[in-house]
Amino acid sequence: MAVSPSHSAAPVRPPAAALDVDGLSLQFGGVKALDGVSLNVAAGSITALIGPNGAGKTSAFNAISGFYKPKTGTVKLDGEDITHVPARERAKLGLARTFQNIALFRGMTVLDNIKLGRHAHLNTNVFDAFLYWGRAKREEMELRAEIERDVIDFLELDHIRNVPVAILPYGLQKKVELARALAMRPRILMLDEPVAGMNREETEDMARAILDVREEWGISVLLVEHDMGMVMDISDHVCVLNFGRRIAAGTPAEVRANPDVIKAYLGSSGDPHKAAVEEVA
Amino acid sequence: MRIATAKESYAADEGLFKTDTQRVWFGLLIAGLLVYPLGASNYWMFLAVLVMINIISTTGLNVLTGYTGQVSLGHAAFMAVGAYTVAFFDGRFGTPVLLNLVLAGTVAAGIGYLVGLPSLRIKGLYLAIATLAAAVILGFIFLNWTPVTGGLRGLNVPTARILGIEMATPDRLYWLVMPICVVMVLAAKNLFRTRVGRAFIAIRDRDISAEIIGISLLRYKLMSFAISSFYAGVAGGLWAYLFRVVTPESFPALASIFFLAAVIVGGAGTIIGGIFGAIFMTMVPEYLKLVATALVPWFPDASIYLAPVRNIIFGALIVGFLIFEPMGLAEVWRRVRRFFALWPFRT
Amino acid sequence: MAVEFIDVVETSLAGLGTGALMALTGVAFVIIYKATKVINLAIGEMLMIGAFVFYGFSAGLSLPIWASVPLTLVVAAIIGGVIERTMIRPLMKDNPVSVFMVTIGLTSILIGVVELIWSAEPRRLPEFLPSQPIIIADAFIPSKTFYSFLIAAAVMAVLITVFAFWRGGIALRATATDRAAASSVGIDVPGVFSFSWMLAAVVAALAGILVGSVGGISSAMGLFGLSVFVVVIVGGLDSIAGALVAGLFIGWLEAMVGRFLGGEFKLLATFSILLVVLVVRPYGLFGTHEIERL
Repeated sequence: MAVSPSHSAAPVRPPAAALDVDGLSLQFGGVKALDGVSLNVAAGSITALIGPNGAGKTSAFNAISGFYKPKTGTVKLDGEDITHVPARERAKLGLARTFQNIALFRGMTVLDNIKLGRHAHLNTNVFDAFLYWGRAKREEMELRAEIERDVIDFLELDHIRNVPVAILPYGLQKKVELARALAMRPRILMLDEPVAGMNREETEDMARAILDVREEWGISVLLVEHDMGMVMDISDHVCVLNFGRRIAAGTPAEVRANPDVIKAYLGSSGDPHKAAVEEVA
Repeated sequence: MRIATAKESYAADEGLFKTDTQRVWFGLLIAGLLVYPLGASNYWMFLAVLVMINIISTTGLNVLTGYTGQVSLGHAAFMAVGAYTVAFFDGRFGTPVLLNLVLAGTVAAGIGYLVGLPSLRIKGLYLAIATLAAAVILGFIFLNWTPVTGGLRGLNVPTARILGIEMATPDRLYWLVMPICVVMVLAAKNLFRTRVGRAFIAIRDRDISAEIIGISLLRYKLMSFAISSFYAGVAGGLWAYLFRVVTPESFPALASIFFLAAVIVGGAGTIIGGIFGAIFMTMVPEYLKLVATALVPWFPDASIYLAPVRNIIFGALIVGFLIFEPMGLAEVWRRVRRFFALWPFRT
Repeated sequence: MAVEFIDVVETSLAGLGTGALMALTGVAFVIIYKATKVINLAIGEMLMIGAFVFYGFSAGLSLPIWASVPLTLVVAAIIGGVIERTMIRPLMKDNPVSVFMVTIGLTSILIGVVELIWSAEPRRLPEFLPSQPIIIADAFIPSKTFYSFLIAAAVMAVLITVFAFWRGGIALRATATDRAAASSVGIDVPGVFSFSWMLAAVVAALAGILVGSVGGISSAMGLFGLSVFVVVIVGGLDSIAGALVAGLFIGWLEAMVGRFLGGEFKLLATFSILLVVLVVRPYGLFGTHEIERL
């Protein structure tokens, strides 16, 4: 299929946002998942959140994106307190995320999945939709053109745009999820284990995509990841959690040299991350 | 054989019909619908009208169950709401037919919205059970709100009349039902070319991600309930004009199963599937009648067994399709098309 | 109209009698739900087919009760096993909605089968319970209601004891908690599935015989299942105790409403309760409240 994209209009690039998390605590029954975690993502930076299994990384993610209600603490997006904003409203404010275990809409094509990312920015109502005339049609056409230009071309997904996501290989599904998050026009992008389960080649591809996103879109990225090599390569800033607490933060080099971090990783023996530790140390 | 078609613009790629072949088929379909009455007997006209009413209703249920993933066990009750609304307004006030149909859809949509409200707290199969409860309660209202519904005896429905033309028989009603059916099916198709329809599918496929990209689950579930009931209401209104009497027995619980079966057999989550399903399920009892008549020389009382056999077949179709062809007739149709698109190079 | 005290008592007792049968059928539902997580909409029809099979043996073949009942239960177990093996198992890996819809299809099939064999006419089961009415204090209780209550209570007591102590009961609960884990410790999970459907079919058939002996049988008696549905939702889908308490309560409520407001209000009352429970406490009075995690 030959669709000729029109590159006329300038891409819409929302400005990067800073994220400030302060004193976040979260409890499940008697288990303290997070205990006063603070975390800053500078505007336009790539920040990584790491830690052994069960350290509370994903809990922190879920609290930041609004799925879990933290017991105490605040989440601020560019200085604006969003602690009590429901998850779906955060999408509009420019907070986009992906999930550890891919959460795509399996019955839909790649294109429709990506289009859904823009949902909160569109205005077509149900009556326009029935007619698919005038407003609805114009909006859909603009959306298609933008997505082709800003997302599909950018992430090189042209060849699979009409393929149902369910039949794509794992690595591509992860990339489509990234594409959907980008379609949300995020000001900060949160990636939950973007390269988990990927082979070397796929990992490098994803790492390059993340760097490109920061480069081209200029937005902030917060990621949770187990692949230490990748984290150390691409992050500007690293924050380490263990047992729900923050035990270190700083540049990759600082974190790598931090004795607490080394202990945390070595302490959790029998853990698949031993391999990762060797890369840290 | 048809080779992949190159498209020059996004508009063409996003079009209702993506290839010339599809456009030609649609043209032929409309032409067929226009000339059908010339050759059809009264019986076949009746069937055509009934099929189209069921297509409207099935498409409605498909929006809710097939696309949004919310099972409704009370779809027939919403049709009944539409039928009673038409019977009430036309019988009591003699309001114009088209207005009555809009009212039928709107009242049903309003009630559908209310029935969807528990989705604030519950989801999935619990919600399905709530729709069952709603259907039971609606059935109670039909039976006991005698001043409006006529109680056990129900209501008689006046002949549909548009611009002074009486539409007492199926061959006239055809010209009312057919355009409405075509418009409503195309409208449903359009819905899924926009953000609204995409949001429905998102809720069906992964409600958590739907929330994260800014879709209000409650709002869209309620919208889906309302749209689905609107379709059922209009279908019920047309049904009332076809059968001319509405009673609490007109839409039994089994009718809700009929429409669920139509969605499943046709193919949940595709518009064409709803059409196939409605046609197929409406025709099943007719085939059975044919078979029963043919068997009379050997089994004189074959017709006694019609109703039970129909129940067994409805049930078996639901079970069989869910197990062996969960994407329904629409998937079978897709395979047939694929076969011919590549024929004779791949068979 | 002044409501007489004795009338209230008699209605209540009769209601508890029906309630025990609802509870028993509810237990059949819970057995399936606990083991397989299937919401079986056809539970009322499984009850119906049990009653008709009993009718076939006792009235059709004129077999004595002591032969008809065991034969009915054996046939019910076979039917339950066949349903599980042919319709449920192929879909167990699919989403729960598909299996739920299969049970809807099953409803239609079972009604059709019964009407095909026995026609849609209502019938009476042969009398087998003592007919001497029971009088407690001044209250008069129809004998069938009384004895069916006793039998239902006894059956439930046996079931609960068995589930608590027998190895199979533990396997069933393990499967309910985590299929993969159960499988990994050597529990035959498909076997548990089959067993739970067979057992539920037997329990439902027993309930069907009792319901039929009190009120007669017809192809519409599956409607009883609607009330049972309310029972299990109110009690909690996975709670046997919930089915007991809610069964008695709904039975009592329907009897009171039917006696003092009119029969047409029965289903309205139960389903209004259902709606309230769904919205206020969807996991029921005793059901497990699963915390939804991402």
